[in-house]
Amino acid sequence: MQARSDERQQYERRQQRKGFAIAAASSLAVVVALIYFVPKTPGWQKVRASFFNGEILLSTFPSLLKAFLLDIAIFMWSLPAIAIIGLLIALCRDQRSAVMFPLRIFGVLYTDIFRGVPVILTVFLIGFGIPGLGLPRPWNSPYIWGSLALILTYSAYVAEIIRGGINSIHDSQRAAGKSLGLSNTDTMRFIVLPQALRRVVPANMNMLVALQKDVALLSFIGPVELLRQAGVHKSLLANFTPYVGAALIFLAVTVPATRYADYLLARQHRERS
Amino acid sequence: MKKQPIQLIKHSNTTNQTTRLALAITLAFSSLFAASHLQAETCATGKTLKDGVLTIATGNPAYFPWVMDNDPASGKGFEAAIAYEVASRMGFDKDAVAWTSASFDQSIQPGAKDFDFNLQQFSITKEREKVVDFSTPYYSAAMAVLVNKAAADSGATASIDSLKKLKWGVDANTTALQMLQENIEPDSSPLLYDDNTNVTEAMKANQIDAALFDLPTALYLGAVVLEDGVVIGQFPADRTATPDQFGLLMEDGNPLKACVDEALAAMAEDGALAEIEAQWLQETTGVPVIQ
Repeated sequence: MQARSDERQQYERRQQRKGFAIAAASSLAVVVALIYFVPKTPGWQKVRASFFNGEILLSTFPSLLKAFLLDIAIFMWSLPAIAIIGLLIALCRDQRSAVMFPLRIFGVLYTDIFRGVPVILTVFLIGFGIPGLGLPRPWNSPYIWGSLALILTYSAYVAEIIRGGINSIHDSQRAAGKSLGLSNTDTMRFIVLPQALRRVVPANMNMLVALQKDVALLSFIGPVELLRQAGVHKSLLANFTPYVGAALIFLAVTVPATRYADYLLARQHRERS
Repeated sequence: MKKQPIQLIKHSNTTNQTTRLALAITLAFSSLFAASHLQAETCATGKTLKDGVLTIATGNPAYFPWVMDNDPASGKGFEAAIAYEVASRMGFDKDAVAWTSASFDQSIQPGAKDFDFNLQQFSITKEREKVVDFSTPYYSAAMAVLVNKAAADSGATASIDSLKKLKWGVDANTTALQMLQENIEPDSSPLLYDDNTNVTEAMKANQIDAALFDLPTALYLGAVVLEDGVVIGQFPADRTATPDQFGLLMEDGNPLKACVDEALAAMAEDGALAEIEAQWLQETTGVPVIQ
Protein backbone atom coordinates (compact mmCIF):
# COMPACT_ATOMS: atom_id res chain seq x y z
CA MET A 1 0.00 0.00 0.00
CA GLN A 2 2.70 2.43 1.16
CA ALA A 3 4.98 1.52 -1.75
CA ARG A 4 2.25 2.05 -4.30
CA SER A 5 1.40 5.49 -3.00
CA ASP A 6 5.11 6.43 -3.10
CA GLU A 7 5.26 5.25 -6.67
CA ARG A 8 2.18 7.33 -7.48
CA GLN A 9 3.72 10.42 -5.86
CA GLN A 10 6.94 9.95 -7.77
CA TYR A 11 5.00 9.59 -11.01
CA GLU A 12 3.06 12.76 -10.33
CA ARG A 13 6.24 14.64 -9.48
CA ARG A 14 7.83 13.43 -12.73
CA GLN A 15 4.77 14.53 -14.68
CA GLN A 16 4.88 17.92 -13.00
CA ARG A 17 8.58 18.35 -13.77
CA LYS A 18 7.95 17.36 -17.37
CA GLY A 19 5.16 19.96 -17.57
CA PHE A 20 7.47 22.68 -16.23
CA ALA A 21 10.16 21.73 -18.72
CA ILE A 22 7.76 21.86 -21.66
CA ALA A 23 6.33 25.20 -20.54
CA ALA A 24 9.82 26.66 -20.13
CA ALA A 25 10.97 25.37 -23.50
CA SER A 26 7.95 26.66 -25.39
CA SER A 27 8.14 30.08 -23.69
CA LEU A 28 11.83 30.29 -24.49
CA ALA A 29 11.14 29.39 -28.11
CA VAL A 30 8.57 32.20 -28.39
CA VAL A 31 10.88 34.77 -26.79
CA VAL A 32 13.82 33.74 -28.97
CA ALA A 33 11.64 33.89 -32.08
CA LEU A 34 10.52 37.42 -31.13
CA ILE A 35 14.04 38.62 -30.37
CA TYR A 36 15.46 37.00 -33.47
CA PHE A 37 12.80 37.65 -36.10
CA VAL A 38 11.35 41.06 -35.21
CA PRO A 39 14.65 42.90 -35.85
CA LYS A 40 14.87 41.07 -39.17
CA THR A 41 11.69 42.75 -40.45
CA PRO A 42 12.38 45.47 -43.02
CA GLY A 43 10.78 48.28 -41.02
CA TRP A 44 12.32 47.44 -37.66
CA GLN A 45 14.95 50.18 -37.69
CA LYS A 46 12.31 52.81 -38.27
CA VAL A 47 9.90 51.32 -35.74
CA ARG A 48 12.65 51.23 -33.16
CA ALA A 49 13.55 54.86 -33.81
CA SER A 50 9.90 55.90 -33.58
CA PHE A 51 8.69 53.80 -30.65
CA PHE A 52 11.72 52.73 -28.65
CA ASN A 53 14.01 55.71 -28.66
CA GLY A 54 15.92 55.53 -25.39
CA GLU A 55 17.11 59.11 -25.50
CA ILE A 56 13.57 60.46 -25.91
CA LEU A 57 12.22 58.09 -23.28
CA LEU A 58 14.74 59.37 -20.74
CA SER A 59 14.18 63.02 -21.54
CA THR A 60 10.38 62.86 -21.44
CA PHE A 61 9.85 60.37 -18.62
CA PRO A 62 10.11 62.82 -15.68
CA SER A 63 7.42 65.08 -17.12
CA LEU A 64 5.26 62.02 -17.81
CA LEU A 65 5.56 60.92 -14.20
CA LYS A 66 4.60 64.40 -13.06
CA ALA A 67 1.56 64.40 -15.33
CA PHE A 68 0.56 61.02 -13.92
CA LEU A 69 -0.01 62.70 -10.54
CA LEU A 70 -3.07 64.31 -12.09
CA ASP A 71 -4.39 60.90 -13.15
CA ILE A 72 -3.97 59.71 -9.59
CA ALA A 73 -5.76 62.77 -8.23
CA ILE A 74 -8.73 62.37 -10.60
CA PHE A 75 -8.85 58.69 -9.71
CA MET A 76 -8.78 59.38 -5.97
CA TRP A 77 -11.57 61.94 -5.91
CA SER A 78 -13.78 59.99 -8.30
CA LEU A 79 -13.50 56.69 -6.46
CA PRO A 80 -15.52 57.49 -3.28
CA ALA A 81 -18.27 59.13 -5.35
CA ILE A 82 -18.46 56.08 -7.62
CA ALA A 83 -18.73 53.75 -4.62
CA ILE A 84 -21.47 55.76 -2.92
CA ILE A 85 -23.57 56.48 -6.03
CA GLY A 86 -23.13 52.90 -7.26
CA LEU A 87 -24.47 51.57 -3.97
CA LEU A 88 -27.43 54.00 -3.98
CA ILE A 89 -28.40 53.08 -7.54
CA ALA A 90 -28.15 49.37 -6.70
CA LEU A 91 -30.46 49.93 -3.74
CA CYS A 92 -32.87 51.86 -5.99
CA ARG A 93 -33.07 48.90 -8.33
CA ASP A 94 -33.64 46.51 -5.45
CA GLN A 95 -36.78 48.31 -4.20
CA ARG A 96 -39.52 45.73 -3.92
CA SER A 97 -42.57 47.69 -2.73
CA ALA A 98 -45.06 49.11 -5.22
CA VAL A 99 -44.72 52.68 -3.87
CA MET A 100 -41.03 52.69 -4.69
CA PHE A 101 -41.60 51.73 -8.32
CA PRO A 102 -40.40 55.16 -9.63
CA LEU A 103 -37.06 54.57 -7.90
CA ARG A 104 -36.70 51.23 -9.64
CA ILE A 105 -37.46 52.82 -12.98
CA PHE A 106 -34.89 55.53 -12.23
CA GLY A 107 -32.29 52.87 -11.40
CA VAL A 108 -33.00 50.99 -14.62
CA LEU A 109 -32.80 54.12 -16.78
CA TYR A 110 -29.61 55.28 -15.06
CA THR A 111 -27.75 52.02 -15.56
CA ASP A 112 -29.05 51.56 -19.10
CA ILE A 113 -28.05 55.03 -20.24
CA PHE A 114 -24.65 55.36 -18.61
CA ARG A 115 -23.55 51.83 -19.38
CA GLY A 116 -24.83 52.18 -22.93
CA VAL A 117 -23.03 55.37 -23.93
CA PRO A 118 -19.28 55.25 -24.64
CA VAL A 119 -17.38 56.94 -21.79
CA ILE A 120 -15.71 59.42 -24.12
CA LEU A 121 -19.10 60.68 -25.35
CA THR A 122 -20.31 61.19 -21.79
CA VAL A 123 -17.07 63.06 -21.07
CA PHE A 124 -17.60 65.37 -24.06
CA LEU A 125 -21.32 65.91 -23.50
CA ILE A 126 -21.04 66.65 -19.80
CA GLY A 127 -17.56 68.20 -19.85
CA PHE A 128 -18.39 70.79 -22.51
CA GLY A 129 -22.20 70.76 -22.41
CA ILE A 130 -22.98 71.62 -18.80
CA PRO A 131 -20.32 74.36 -18.45
CA GLY A 132 -21.65 75.75 -21.74
CA LEU A 133 -24.92 76.58 -19.98
CA GLY A 134 -23.14 79.58 -18.48
CA LEU A 135 -21.75 78.49 -15.14
CA PRO A 136 -19.27 80.98 -13.64
CA ARG A 137 -15.68 80.02 -12.89
CA PRO A 138 -14.48 77.92 -11.16
CA TRP A 139 -17.73 75.93 -11.34
CA ASN A 140 -17.38 75.32 -15.08
CA SER A 141 -14.03 73.58 -14.64
CA PRO A 142 -13.40 70.59 -16.92
CA TYR A 143 -11.96 68.79 -13.89
CA ILE A 144 -15.32 68.89 -12.11
CA TRP A 145 -17.54 67.96 -15.06
CA GLY A 146 -15.14 65.51 -16.62
CA SER A 147 -14.86 63.69 -13.31
CA LEU A 148 -18.65 63.69 -13.03
CA ALA A 149 -18.85 61.98 -16.41
CA LEU A 150 -16.51 59.25 -15.17
CA ILE A 151 -18.45 58.97 -11.93
CA LEU A 152 -21.79 58.56 -13.75
CA THR A 153 -20.48 55.88 -16.09
CA TYR A 154 -18.57 53.89 -13.53
CA SER A 155 -21.26 54.12 -10.85
CA ALA A 156 -23.68 52.57 -13.36
CA TYR A 157 -21.36 49.58 -13.80
CA VAL A 158 -20.66 49.32 -10.08
CA ALA A 159 -24.41 49.51 -9.34
CA GLU A 160 -25.03 46.50 -11.56
CA ILE A 161 -22.21 44.58 -9.89
CA ILE A 162 -23.57 45.36 -6.43
CA ARG A 163 -27.10 44.45 -7.51
CA GLY A 164 -25.77 41.11 -8.70
CA GLY A 165 -24.18 40.65 -5.28
CA ILE A 166 -27.43 41.51 -3.51
CA ASN A 167 -29.39 39.07 -5.69
CA SER A 168 -26.89 36.33 -4.92
CA ILE A 169 -27.83 36.43 -1.24
CA HIS A 170 -30.57 33.87 -0.74
CA ASP A 171 -34.05 35.18 0.07
CA SER A 172 -34.15 32.99 3.15
CA GLN A 173 -31.71 35.44 4.74
CA ARG A 174 -34.23 38.24 4.39
CA ALA A 175 -36.92 35.98 5.77
CA ALA A 176 -34.66 35.21 8.71
CA GLY A 177 -34.13 38.92 9.29
CA LYS A 178 -37.86 39.52 9.26
CA SER A 179 -38.47 36.70 11.72
CA LEU A 180 -35.99 38.35 14.09
CA GLY A 181 -38.11 41.49 13.92
CA LEU A 182 -35.73 43.56 11.79
CA SER A 183 -37.19 46.18 9.45
CA ASN A 184 -36.52 45.88 5.69
CA THR A 185 -33.87 48.59 5.93
CA ASP A 186 -32.11 46.93 8.84
CA THR A 187 -32.24 43.54 7.11
CA MET A 188 -30.56 45.09 4.08
CA ARG A 189 -28.05 46.98 6.18
CA PHE A 190 -27.02 44.32 8.68
CA ILE A 191 -27.66 41.04 6.87
CA VAL A 192 -27.75 41.32 3.09
CA LEU A 193 -25.29 44.12 2.25
CA PRO A 194 -22.33 42.94 4.37
CA GLN A 195 -22.39 39.59 2.57
CA ALA A 196 -23.20 41.01 -0.85
CA LEU A 197 -20.45 43.63 -0.81
CA ARG A 198 -17.86 41.09 0.25
CA ARG A 199 -18.82 38.89 -2.67
CA VAL A 200 -18.45 41.64 -5.27
CA VAL A 201 -15.00 42.85 -4.19
CA PRO A 202 -13.12 40.99 -6.98
CA ALA A 203 -15.51 42.22 -9.67
CA ASN A 204 -15.15 45.77 -8.38
CA MET A 205 -11.39 45.44 -8.40
CA ASN A 206 -11.65 44.95 -12.15
CA MET A 207 -13.66 48.16 -12.43
CA LEU A 208 -10.94 49.87 -10.43
CA VAL A 209 -8.32 48.76 -12.93
CA ALA A 210 -10.48 49.98 -15.81
CA LEU A 211 -11.01 53.33 -14.09
CA GLN A 212 -7.27 53.79 -13.65
CA LYS A 213 -6.95 53.82 -17.41
CA ASP A 214 -10.13 55.71 -18.24
CA VAL A 215 -9.15 58.78 -16.20
CA ALA A 216 -6.96 59.53 -19.22
CA LEU A 217 -10.15 60.32 -21.16
CA LEU A 218 -10.42 63.60 -19.27
CA SER A 219 -7.53 64.84 -21.39
CA PHE A 220 -9.99 65.22 -24.28
CA ILE A 221 -11.63 68.22 -22.61
CA GLY A 222 -8.48 70.03 -21.51
CA PRO A 223 -6.64 68.64 -18.46
CA VAL A 224 -3.02 67.81 -19.19
CA GLU A 225 -2.61 64.37 -17.65
CA LEU A 226 -0.29 61.55 -18.64
CA LEU A 227 -1.82 60.65 -22.00
CA ARG A 228 -1.97 64.30 -23.11
CA GLN A 229 1.52 65.08 -21.89
CA ALA A 230 2.78 62.12 -23.90
CA GLY A 231 0.78 63.41 -26.88
CA VAL A 232 2.43 66.82 -26.61
CA HIS A 233 5.89 65.27 -26.64
CA LYS A 234 4.83 63.05 -29.53
CA SER A 235 3.66 66.03 -31.55
CA LEU A 236 6.73 68.18 -30.95
CA LEU A 237 9.24 65.36 -31.40
CA ALA A 238 7.27 63.51 -34.09
CA ASN A 239 8.04 60.34 -32.16
CA PHE A 240 5.81 57.80 -30.43
CA THR A 241 8.26 56.82 -27.70
CA PRO A 242 6.51 59.03 -25.10
CA TYR A 243 3.39 56.89 -25.60
CA VAL A 244 5.42 53.80 -24.76
CA GLY A 245 6.62 55.61 -21.64
CA ALA A 246 3.01 56.41 -20.72
CA ALA A 247 2.04 52.77 -21.29
CA LEU A 248 4.82 51.66 -18.92
CA ILE A 249 3.56 54.01 -16.22
CA PHE A 250 -0.02 52.77 -16.60
CA LEU A 251 1.19 49.17 -16.50
CA ALA A 252 3.19 49.79 -13.34
CA VAL A 253 -0.09 50.63 -11.62
CA THR A 254 -2.61 48.40 -13.35
CA VAL A 255 -0.64 45.15 -13.37
CA PRO A 256 -0.36 44.89 -9.55
CA ALA A 257 -4.03 45.86 -9.25
CA THR A 258 -5.02 43.19 -11.78
CA ARG A 259 -2.90 40.56 -10.02
CA TYR A 260 -4.51 41.48 -6.73
CA ALA A 261 -7.99 41.17 -8.27
CA ASP A 262 -7.08 37.71 -9.58
CA TYR A 263 -5.78 36.72 -6.17
CA LEU A 264 -9.02 37.85 -4.52
CA LEU A 265 -11.06 35.91 -7.08
CA ALA A 266 -9.01 32.76 -6.54
CA ARG A 267 -9.34 33.06 -2.78
CA GLN A 268 -13.08 33.53 -3.06
CA HIS A 269 -13.31 30.52 -5.31
CA ARG A 270 -11.43 28.40 -2.74
CA GLU A 271 -13.65 29.60 0.10
CA ARG A 272 -16.82 28.73 -1.77
CA SER A 273 -15.82 25.32 -3.01
CA MET B 1 3.72 98.92 -112.20
CA LYS B 2 6.34 99.90 -109.78
CA LYS B 3 4.20 99.38 -106.86
CA GLN B 4 3.07 95.96 -107.73
CA PRO B 5 6.38 94.13 -107.44
CA ILE B 6 7.19 96.02 -104.31
CA GLN B 7 3.85 95.11 -102.91
CA LEU B 8 4.48 91.64 -104.01
CA ILE B 9 7.84 91.64 -102.46
CA LYS B 10 6.41 93.21 -99.34
CA HIS B 11 3.72 90.65 -99.31
CA SER B 12 6.09 87.85 -99.77
CA ASN B 13 8.21 89.43 -97.06
CA THR B 14 5.39 89.49 -94.54
CA THR B 15 4.43 85.97 -95.43
CA ASN B 16 7.98 85.04 -94.87
CA GLN B 17 8.00 86.83 -91.55
CA THR B 18 4.76 85.28 -90.45
CA THR B 19 6.03 81.89 -91.41
CA ARG B 20 9.21 82.46 -89.53
CA LEU B 21 7.35 83.78 -86.52
CA ALA B 22 5.02 80.81 -86.58
CA LEU B 23 8.00 78.54 -86.93
CA ALA B 24 9.73 80.24 -84.05
CA ILE B 25 6.63 79.98 -81.86
CA THR B 26 6.16 76.36 -82.78
CA LEU B 27 9.79 75.70 -82.05
CA ALA B 28 9.57 77.54 -78.77
CA PHE B 29 6.44 75.63 -77.80
CA SER B 30 7.79 72.31 -78.82
CA SER B 31 11.03 72.92 -76.98
CA LEU B 32 8.96 74.08 -73.97
CA PHE B 33 6.89 70.96 -74.25
CA ALA B 34 9.98 68.89 -74.64
CA ALA B 35 11.48 70.62 -71.63
CA SER B 36 8.44 70.11 -69.43
CA HIS B 37 8.12 66.61 -70.71
CA LEU B 38 11.78 66.06 -70.02
CA GLN B 39 11.39 67.55 -66.56
CA ALA B 40 8.52 65.18 -65.79
CA GLU B 41 10.66 62.32 -67.05
CA THR B 42 13.69 63.24 -65.00
CA CYS B 43 12.13 64.46 -61.78
CA ALA B 44 8.84 62.98 -60.63
CA THR B 45 8.62 59.99 -62.92
CA GLY B 46 8.81 56.72 -61.08
CA LYS B 47 9.04 58.46 -57.73
CA THR B 48 5.32 58.59 -56.93
CA LEU B 49 3.34 55.87 -55.15
CA LYS B 50 1.39 55.11 -58.30
CA ASP B 51 2.87 55.76 -61.73
CA GLY B 52 1.45 58.87 -63.32
CA VAL B 53 -0.62 59.75 -60.25
CA LEU B 54 0.33 62.19 -57.52
CA THR B 55 -1.30 61.20 -54.22
CA ILE B 56 -1.74 64.14 -51.87
CA ALA B 57 -3.00 63.92 -48.29
CA THR B 58 -4.64 66.52 -46.12
CA GLY B 59 -6.59 66.46 -42.86
CA ASN B 60 -10.14 65.25 -42.50
CA PRO B 61 -11.86 67.51 -41.79
CA ALA B 62 -9.73 70.09 -43.57
CA TYR B 63 -10.48 73.59 -42.41
CA PHE B 64 -11.27 76.92 -44.03
CA PRO B 65 -9.41 78.84 -45.44
CA TRP B 66 -6.88 76.09 -46.14
CA VAL B 67 -9.41 73.88 -47.91
CA MET B 68 -12.94 75.02 -48.72
CA ASP B 69 -15.92 72.83 -47.76
CA ASN B 70 -13.60 69.96 -46.76
CA ASP B 71 -13.24 69.16 -50.47
CA PRO B 72 -9.60 69.50 -51.58
CA ALA B 73 -10.41 68.09 -55.03
CA SER B 74 -12.24 71.34 -55.78
CA GLY B 75 -8.88 73.11 -55.76
CA LYS B 76 -10.47 75.81 -53.64
CA GLY B 77 -8.72 77.05 -50.53
CA PHE B 78 -5.09 78.02 -49.99
CA GLU B 79 -3.60 74.58 -49.52
CA ALA B 80 -5.77 72.94 -52.18
CA ALA B 81 -4.62 75.59 -54.65
CA ILE B 82 -0.98 75.19 -53.61
CA ALA B 83 -1.26 71.42 -54.02
CA TYR B 84 -2.61 71.67 -57.57
CA GLU B 85 -0.06 74.31 -58.56
CA VAL B 86 2.81 72.17 -57.26
CA ALA B 87 1.32 69.15 -58.99
CA SER B 88 0.99 70.89 -62.34
CA ARG B 89 4.57 72.14 -62.17
CA MET B 90 5.70 68.60 -61.52
CA GLY B 91 3.85 67.48 -64.61
CA PHE B 92 0.60 66.20 -63.13
CA ASP B 93 -2.56 67.75 -64.47
CA LYS B 94 -5.73 67.95 -62.41
CA ASP B 95 -6.92 64.45 -63.32
CA ALA B 96 -3.62 62.91 -62.25
CA VAL B 97 -3.98 64.12 -58.66
CA ALA B 98 -5.54 61.76 -56.11
CA TRP B 99 -6.53 62.92 -52.63
CA THR B 100 -6.40 60.96 -49.41
CA SER B 101 -6.68 61.93 -45.78
CA ALA B 102 -4.21 61.39 -42.95
CA SER B 103 -4.22 62.43 -39.32
CA PHE B 104 -1.13 63.91 -37.70
CA ASP B 105 -0.26 60.56 -36.11
CA GLN B 106 -0.66 58.71 -39.40
CA SER B 107 1.60 61.24 -41.03
CA ILE B 108 4.50 60.73 -38.64
CA GLN B 109 4.22 57.00 -37.98
CA PRO B 110 7.14 54.91 -39.21
CA GLY B 111 6.88 52.87 -42.37
CA ALA B 112 5.53 53.44 -45.84
CA LYS B 113 3.18 56.37 -46.29
CA ASP B 114 0.06 56.20 -48.40
CA PHE B 115 0.64 59.67 -49.82
CA ASP B 116 3.33 61.33 -51.91
CA PHE B 117 3.10 64.49 -49.91
CA ASN B 118 0.85 65.77 -47.17
CA LEU B 119 -0.13 69.33 -46.42
CA GLN B 120 -2.18 70.42 -43.43
CA GLN B 121 -0.32 73.37 -41.93
CA PHE B 122 2.58 71.23 -40.75
CA SER B 123 5.08 73.49 -39.02
CA ILE B 124 8.64 72.65 -39.93
CA THR B 125 10.72 71.84 -36.85
CA LYS B 126 14.13 70.32 -36.38
CA GLU B 127 12.73 67.50 -34.24
CA ARG B 128 10.12 66.55 -36.82
CA GLU B 129 12.68 66.62 -39.60
CA LYS B 130 14.46 63.71 -37.97
CA VAL B 131 11.46 61.51 -38.71
CA VAL B 132 9.94 62.93 -41.88
CA ASP B 133 11.01 65.20 -44.72
CA PHE B 134 9.63 68.67 -45.26
CA SER B 135 9.66 70.70 -48.45
CA THR B 136 10.88 74.26 -48.38
CA PRO B 137 8.23 76.44 -46.70
CA TYR B 138 5.18 77.49 -48.70
CA TYR B 139 3.80 79.80 -46.05
CA SER B 140 5.06 81.72 -43.04
CA ALA B 141 2.33 82.02 -40.47
CA ALA B 142 1.67 84.84 -38.11
CA MET B 143 0.49 83.49 -34.76
CA ALA B 144 -2.64 85.16 -33.48
CA VAL B 145 -4.41 85.39 -30.15
CA LEU B 146 -8.12 84.64 -30.26
CA VAL B 147 -10.15 85.51 -27.16
CA ASN B 148 -13.82 84.96 -26.41
CA LYS B 149 -16.20 87.84 -25.90
CA ALA B 150 -16.10 87.64 -22.11
CA ALA B 151 -12.32 88.09 -22.07
CA ALA B 152 -12.42 90.85 -24.69
CA ASP B 153 -15.08 92.69 -22.66
CA SER B 154 -13.06 92.43 -19.49
CA GLY B 155 -10.25 94.34 -21.14
CA ALA B 156 -7.71 91.87 -22.51
CA THR B 157 -5.26 93.73 -24.76
CA ALA B 158 -2.40 92.90 -27.09
CA SER B 159 0.30 93.30 -24.45
CA ILE B 160 2.29 90.42 -23.01
CA ASP B 161 1.36 91.48 -19.46
CA SER B 162 -2.33 91.37 -20.20
CA LEU B 163 -2.05 88.08 -22.09
CA LYS B 164 -0.16 86.38 -19.25
CA LYS B 165 -3.18 86.69 -16.95
CA LEU B 166 -5.57 84.90 -19.31
CA LYS B 167 -6.55 81.24 -19.05
CA TRP B 168 -5.13 79.60 -22.17
CA GLY B 169 -6.00 76.64 -24.30
CA VAL B 170 -4.29 75.29 -27.41
CA ASP B 171 -4.43 72.39 -29.83
CA ALA B 172 -2.01 69.81 -28.39
CA ASN B 173 -0.99 68.48 -31.81
CA THR B 174 0.51 71.77 -32.92
CA THR B 175 3.57 73.85 -32.18
CA ALA B 176 1.26 76.47 -30.62
CA LEU B 177 2.00 75.19 -27.12
CA GLN B 178 5.72 75.80 -27.61
CA MET B 179 5.00 79.27 -29.02
CA LEU B 180 2.75 80.04 -26.07
CA GLN B 181 5.33 78.98 -23.49
CA GLU B 182 8.14 80.83 -25.23
CA ASN B 183 6.40 84.05 -26.19
CA ILE B 184 3.77 84.61 -23.53
CA GLU B 185 4.54 82.33 -20.56
CA PRO B 186 1.01 82.41 -19.10
CA ASP B 187 0.59 82.50 -15.31
CA SER B 188 -1.57 79.37 -15.17
CA SER B 189 -0.78 76.25 -17.16
CA PRO B 190 -2.80 75.96 -20.38
CA LEU B 191 -5.46 73.36 -21.13
CA LEU B 192 -4.86 71.21 -24.20
CA TYR B 193 -7.24 69.82 -26.80
CA ASP B 194 -7.24 67.48 -29.78
CA ASP B 195 -8.45 69.88 -32.44
CA ASN B 196 -9.62 73.41 -33.16
CA THR B 197 -13.25 72.50 -32.63
CA ASN B 198 -12.62 71.40 -29.07
CA VAL B 199 -10.59 74.52 -28.33
CA THR B 200 -13.43 76.74 -29.49
CA GLU B 201 -15.94 74.59 -27.58
CA ALA B 202 -13.95 75.23 -24.39
CA MET B 203 -13.97 78.96 -25.23
CA LYS B 204 -17.73 78.87 -25.61
CA ALA B 205 -18.01 77.12 -22.24
CA ASN B 206 -15.77 79.89 -20.88
CA GLN B 207 -13.35 77.28 -19.56
CA ILE B 208 -10.57 79.18 -21.31
CA ASP B 209 -10.25 82.86 -22.30
CA ALA B 210 -7.77 82.69 -25.10
CA ALA B 211 -6.15 80.41 -27.66
CA LEU B 212 -3.20 80.66 -30.00
CA PHE B 213 -3.64 79.79 -33.69
CA ASP B 214 -2.04 80.70 -36.97
CA LEU B 215 -3.65 83.95 -38.05
CA PRO B 216 -5.89 82.73 -40.91
CA THR B 217 -7.29 79.99 -38.68
CA ALA B 218 -7.84 82.43 -35.81
CA LEU B 219 -9.73 84.86 -38.06
CA TYR B 220 -11.97 82.07 -39.33
CA LEU B 221 -12.66 80.50 -35.93
CA GLY B 222 -13.34 83.88 -34.32
CA ALA B 223 -15.80 85.02 -36.95
CA VAL B 224 -17.52 81.80 -37.99
CA VAL B 225 -17.24 79.21 -35.23
CA LEU B 226 -17.26 81.44 -32.14
CA GLU B 227 -19.23 84.19 -33.89
CA ASP B 228 -18.23 86.74 -31.25
CA GLY B 229 -14.55 85.86 -30.87
CA VAL B 230 -12.00 88.64 -31.16
CA VAL B 231 -8.51 88.32 -32.64
CA ILE B 232 -6.81 90.80 -30.33
CA GLY B 233 -3.23 90.54 -31.47
CA GLN B 234 -0.61 88.78 -33.54
CA PHE B 235 3.02 87.83 -33.56
CA PRO B 236 3.78 88.80 -37.17
CA ALA B 237 4.95 86.21 -39.69
CA ASP B 238 8.39 87.77 -40.12
CA ARG B 239 9.32 87.48 -36.43
CA THR B 240 12.82 86.09 -36.11
CA ALA B 241 12.41 84.08 -32.92
CA THR B 242 10.15 81.00 -33.10
CA PRO B 243 9.12 81.34 -36.73
CA ASP B 244 6.25 79.16 -37.87
CA GLN B 245 6.68 77.95 -41.42
CA PHE B 246 4.50 75.39 -43.13
CA GLY B 247 6.03 72.70 -45.31
CA LEU B 248 4.77 69.78 -47.35
CA LEU B 249 5.39 66.62 -45.35
CA MET B 250 6.94 63.59 -47.05
CA GLU B 251 8.27 60.24 -45.99
CA ASP B 252 11.84 60.44 -44.72
CA GLY B 253 14.18 60.22 -47.69
CA ASN B 254 11.46 60.58 -50.30
CA PRO B 255 13.22 61.28 -53.65
CA LEU B 256 10.25 63.41 -54.67
CA LYS B 257 11.43 66.16 -52.29
CA ALA B 258 13.80 67.60 -54.88
CA CYS B 259 10.98 67.92 -57.43
CA VAL B 260 8.61 69.48 -54.89
CA ASP B 261 11.24 71.99 -53.77
CA GLU B 262 11.97 72.85 -57.37
CA ALA B 263 8.29 73.48 -58.06
CA LEU B 264 7.92 75.63 -54.95
CA ALA B 265 11.03 77.64 -55.80
CA ALA B 266 9.64 78.33 -59.28
CA MET B 267 6.31 79.34 -57.76
CA ALA B 268 8.00 81.75 -55.38
CA GLU B 269 10.05 83.21 -58.20
CA ASP B 270 7.28 83.89 -60.71
CA GLY B 271 4.86 85.14 -58.04
CA ALA B 272 2.37 82.26 -58.23
CA LEU B 273 2.82 81.57 -54.53
CA ALA B 274 2.06 85.15 -53.54
CA GLU B 275 -0.89 85.20 -55.91
CA ILE B 276 -2.45 82.11 -54.35
CA GLU B 277 -1.86 83.57 -50.92
CA ALA B 278 -3.55 86.82 -51.89
CA GLN B 279 -6.48 84.95 -53.38
CA TRP B 280 -7.27 82.71 -50.40
CA LEU B 281 -5.86 84.33 -47.27
CA GLN B 282 -7.24 87.64 -46.24
CA GLU B 283 -5.22 90.74 -45.56
CA THR B 284 -3.97 90.40 -42.01
CA THR B 285 -2.34 93.73 -41.31
CA GLY B 286 -5.41 95.00 -39.43
CA VAL B 287 -4.61 92.86 -36.41
CA PRO B 288 -2.44 94.70 -33.85
CA VAL B 289 1.06 93.41 -33.23
CA ILE B 290 1.64 92.13 -29.70
CA GLN B 291 4.12 94.23 -27.75
